[in-house]
Amino acid sequence: MSAEPASASSIGASHSAELRALESESIHIIREVTAEFDRPGLLFSGGKDSIVMLHLAVKAVKPAKLPFPVVHIDTGHNFPEAIEYRDRVVEELGIDLVVGSVQEALDSGRIPPSTDPGGSRNRLQTPVLLDVIREQKFGAVFGGARRDEERARAKERVYSFRDEFGQWDPKNQRPEVWNLYNGFINSGQHIRVFPLSNWTELDVWRYIATQKIEIPSIYLAHEREVFERDGLYMAVSPALQPEPHEKVEVMSVRFRTVGDMTSTAAVPSTADTVEAVMAEIESTRTSERGQSRADDRASEAAMEDRKREGYF
Amino acid sequence: MELLRIATAGSVDDGKSTLIGRLLFDSKAIQDDVLSAAESVSRRQSNEYLNLALLTDGLRAEREQGITIDVAYRYFNTAKRKFILADTPGHVQYTRNMVTGASTADVALVIIDARNGVVEQSRRHAVIAALLGIRHIVVCINKMDLIGFDQQRFDAIKDELEGFFNRLDVECAHYVPISALHGDNVVELSDTMPWYTDGPLLQHLEDLEIMGTPLDDSFRLPVQYVIRPLTGEYHDYRGYAGSIRSGSVKVGQQVGILPAGKTSRVTAIESPDGEVDEAEWPAAVTIRIEDDFDISRGDLICAADGVPRVTQEFDATVCWMSERTELRQGAMLRIKHTTRTARAMITGLHSRIDVSTLSVDPGCQSLALNEIGRVTVKTSAPIVYDDYTVNRVTGSFILVDEGTNETVAAGMIGNPRFGDFE
Ligand SMILES: Nc1nc2c(ncn2[C@@H]2O[C@H](COP(=O)(O)OP(=O)(O)OP(=O)(O)O)[C@@H](O)[C@H]2O)c(=O)[nH]1
Ligand SMILES: [Mg+2]
Repeated sequence: MSAEPASASSIGASHSAELRALESESIHIIREVTAEFDRPGLLFSGGKDSIVMLHLAVKAVKPAKLPFPVVHIDTGHNFPEAIEYRDRVVEELGIDLVVGSVQEALDSGRIPPSTDPGGSRNRLQTPVLLDVIREQKFGAVFGGARRDEERARAKERVYSFRDEFGQWDPKNQRPEVWNLYNGFINSGQHIRVFPLSNWTELDVWRYIATQKIEIPSIYLAHEREVFERDGLYMAVSPALQPEPHEKVEVMSVRFRTVGDMTSTAAVPSTADTVEAVMAEIESTRTSERGQSRADDRASEAAMEDRKREGYF
Repeated sequence: MELLRIATAGSVDDGKSTLIGRLLFDSKAIQDDVLSAAESVSRRQSNEYLNLALLTDGLRAEREQGITIDVAYRYFNTAKRKFILADTPGHVQYTRNMVTGASTADVALVIIDARNGVVEQSRRHAVIAALLGIRHIVVCINKMDLIGFDQQRFDAIKDELEGFFNRLDVECAHYVPISALHGDNVVELSDTMPWYTDGPLLQHLEDLEIMGTPLDDSFRLPVQYVIRPLTGEYHDYRGYAGSIRSGSVKVGQQVGILPAGKTSRVTAIESPDGEVDEAEWPAAVTIRIEDDFDISRGDLICAADGVPRVTQEFDATVCWMSERTELRQGAMLRIKHTTRTARAMITGLHSRIDVSTLSVDPGCQSLALNEIGRVTVKTSAPIVYDDYTVNRVTGSFILVDEGTNETVAAGMIGNPRFGDFE
């Protein structure tokens, strides 16, 4: 039967046509927003999806300069490699960076401390993000989420309407027919725009490989102190220390996603090139989020619940 | 690799989500942790078997009610093809979400519960698929396990559908008897139905010859916006950014600019990977031309021969999608057509189609949620269009309520005709 997943070799060069189609679709979406909204912002975490999204945004407007800022919600528990990458790219491109700080919001009492396991600040990003959107008066915010990541995301529109409270109402989404996106909003509301909706994890990696896009070093295998918690390998960091019974070991690992250090798990791996990472991802039987996100294990509908509140 | 976009269609509970789950499962596209999450929900719901619909019904409310509410998009590939699957809801209340999923599809996968046969909602979805110009239809007659794999029942449903599709003027490529639940004839042929030998569903999906959309190969580029860097290096740069919606364009080619009705010559084409001499559908490009015309968002650059039409009043078929209001003659709305936004007035409401009988009610006064009718639309700005049957991009539009901002209609310009509907 022909139902076997395609191997890397059989895909070979022939995937470039479909990657080009995805690239053009994303650029089209980014241009629609750039043309229709006075003030969009682009969420940029230094993770691979937002890196590809920024790369596409730069292409969408070239040779002009990106006419909108990038936005980072800083949990204070970031991988230093991701922050370093963020600052360098912003400087190289000469674009504006808006940072929403979870630490500042905690210090000022704007939000209460995390009650989530391990003190994860993942959920705390939502009120900070919504504050930034309000302060900056963003009518549209680009996010790097993909539909293949998670079942609630598989349901989301390219233009996803948010009410005055930043809420997503999955039972009452605007119809989205053809490529005609409805960006009409009243003041205080906004649209989350997902240009990478139709990309898969492997598409993103293939694109990084063919475009030779630089990525933060933590995506490639490196030695690191980790300990096991709930079946996941967590990196030892100032934000996350092992309990006395949790044994610390030095392992060769890479990260499959990059988020808050307290909730992003490492994957044991020796893949130290983009090609080797792609080969590992093609053969793994575990999903991106299943392998690396502690936060999604909280409940059956963890992502949907977070998204309803206004999460990325 | 070729990309095939598939949307499911059919009535509530006929097994659409189960079939998509089965396709993903049997082609090993479900990762272990995703599968075990579905298994644990299935156990908690005390299902006797793994409920494959849980693989796509991702919302809390969908899982609680056991129905699909909104489209789920899933991605998988075989050695031959890459697929984007849009699993749409069958419930009549959510028809607009089915329209959402079907509007970008190459193939409609129509699923029928063999016990119930063709019901009104199956017909409604078939009509929508035909109107949307989906040129490939594959029918799965499902739940064959519940009717003892009865060939006569299969043939009877197939005959009925064939008659209906004939009247819709669409052709159905394949009829496959399946059990989505047990996997019969989905990825592998099953020995439960030795009378069926035409090959399993997946094989048909892999082998379908896609007729390219858009249908027309005449060059069309709606301008999204004008790139003017205003820097020293690019002082005089003026590029028209947009996606090629059909056809191709070359440097040196003569092009038309509408609605102004001017012509000029292409001097440069910028693709996502730099300057090129030629570009084609579906590339997002930036085009520069010889003359210094006033061109802006909403204008259309096209082949100098075979130009589209320009109008401020046109006939169209619309699918009404608002729960709150009905469409009546005189309604004032906003229209979004290619990259143009304008105000629109419904100057005529001519008829409504009965999706069951394909008969037409010329005396209708309004269109309610999920109803389809023929209207005349007048716009505050010129619209540059082709008939929808010729070009799905320059022939389609949406209507938006000026008060609530909701998308209230999907529209197709021109007069697709079928049944008594013309
Ligand atoms: N016996 C049997 N049951 C089936 C088969 N296919 C689906 N079912 C059952 O039919 C019920 C409805 O299936 P779904 O896949 O949710 O139906 P659907 O068409 O997606 O429904 P909506 O999305 O709400 O329109 C479920 O309980 C399935 O297990 C089949 O081939 N045989
Ligand atoms: Mg369903």
